[in-house]
Amino acid sequence: MTTEEVRALFPQLKRTVYGKPLVYLDNAATSLRPQSVIDRWTEISAHGTANLHRAVHHVAAEATEAYENARKAVVNFINAAETEEVIFTSGATHSLNLAVFGIGEAFLKEGDEIIIGEGEHHSNIVPWQMLRNRKGISIKVLPVDENGRLCVEQLESLITEKTRIVCVAHISNVLGLVNPVSAISDVCRKHGVMLLVDGAQGVVHQDVDVQALGCDFYAFSGHKMYGAPGTGVLWGRRSLLEQMPPMFGGGEMIETVRWDGSTWAPLPRKFEAGTQNISGTPCFVQAIETIRSMPKDNETRDYVYEALQQIDGLRLFGTTSDRRLKVPVFSFSVEHAHHEDLALILDKMGVAVRSGQMCAEPLMDRFGVTGMLRASFAPYNTMQEAEYFVSSLRKAIGMLR
Amino acid sequence: MTLKEKQQQIIDDFSMYEEWLDKYEYLIELGKSLDGLPEEKKTEDRLIKGCQSRVWLDCEKRDGFLYFDADSDALITRGIIAMLVSVYSGRSAEEILEDDFSFLNSLGLKENLSPTRANGLVSMIATIRAKAAENE
Repeated sequence: MTTEEVRALFPQLKRTVYGKPLVYLDNAATSLRPQSVIDRWTEISAHGTANLHRAVHHVAAEATEAYENARKAVVNFINAAETEEVIFTSGATHSLNLAVFGIGEAFLKEGDEIIIGEGEHHSNIVPWQMLRNRKGISIKVLPVDENGRLCVEQLESLITEKTRIVCVAHISNVLGLVNPVSAISDVCRKHGVMLLVDGAQGVVHQDVDVQALGCDFYAFSGHKMYGAPGTGVLWGRRSLLEQMPPMFGGGEMIETVRWDGSTWAPLPRKFEAGTQNISGTPCFVQAIETIRSMPKDNETRDYVYEALQQIDGLRLFGTTSDRRLKVPVFSFSVEHAHHEDLALILDKMGVAVRSGQMCAEPLMDRFGVTGMLRASFAPYNTMQEAEYFVSSLRKAIGMLR
Repeated sequence: MTLKEKQQQIIDDFSMYEEWLDKYEYLIELGKSLDGLPEEKKTEDRLIKGCQSRVWLDCEKRDGFLYFDADSDALITRGIIAMLVSVYSGRSAEEILEDDFSFLNSLGLKENLSPTRANGLVSMIATIRAKAAENE
């Protein structure tokens, strides 16, 4: 599929801002939606709305089928061993909170230790801190080096007999570097430690096989992989999920409810309390079709990677000599040009980029910056857009110096 | 110059620029011309909450008038706070509290700056008003 063919799938690319064509480079935050996802969403909203699972009427059966088909699609997409291991959520943050709560209740006790990567998104830090406050566990940090590479070789030295779980992103949302999950998994296995992976960026840029990766939990969102907002997935090994208590109660997550106590429904319903996202979650089918039909990447990645580093005073965070490990997520700071100023000026030029801390304040502290500018590309971004971005950035820097 | 006259002057200055990039250039120049604050005054209690960039506002009362000084690590924000300082510094607390800050609407600042920045502007106004209320 050519970039032009990819573009034709996404209607928002036709719009303008301030009278200029929209150059959308905030894909790592939220990707655009293809027409197929929009159509599916609209179709369910218009004709297929009903509550799932329990009702016997026709539309409910149809809605349930749509929802469960999405589960099968996700199972296939990440190569889960069993359908029941895929839990639908409202997004990666929800998935992570669900996982952390269940893991905390089932497997962690006071004095236990966990290890978190230094580059993690707040969603893979804050729930663990909340758990720390409740349970009295301690959190160790696996550092990243000057180039943003996760120091995996230090992992083994951080593991003690009290370590229960290691938590890392598959791909950092700031640094755009692929973490060596399989190697991390090997270390975890050797020491009998669980491994949780935040795959919010991973599913977008890699072919994910959770069994081959060797992790125990994998979380991601629909809205970053061309799907519907308010949708997400938590995958976990059945043997672990079975032992974990649910975080939310009510709705279809019960087996029986009596005044003296309730029992839980089998997986995955145990973790899907309340009315599901009946319009959004089925769109995983179309999102997965889209992601599989597009190239993962295009020529803009290498161009932007080189062009940014040629800009005077620009510091790119997340660099590597192995290009296969770098996805087109570029975070940087520029001397004498504040990230917020740059983002505001670029916005007026029609370029949508992200500025600020990118939900990774500890990583900002690590690099001694108050924020960064991030341009994140998708397969629908063209060379022309990439060149326009670089020249607009140069112009914006010129205005500020 | 009265408060209203000063506000009108800024509205006039701003309206000379049709393109938003030119308006930004104007704010950037304004930001560069601001003296700023010495490092020891860039303290947590002077920091205005609710802005993406860091903005500090210092307020002193002398002979019944309030004198503002400000700083920011982002230039466009610095330009905006410089503009606010030029309008409200040297006024009495009563005069500031009587003003409704509506001249900012005429500049189109709230609508045209990013949501976080609009929040930043709202926070700057709230802080100036709070300082005036404290010193009434």
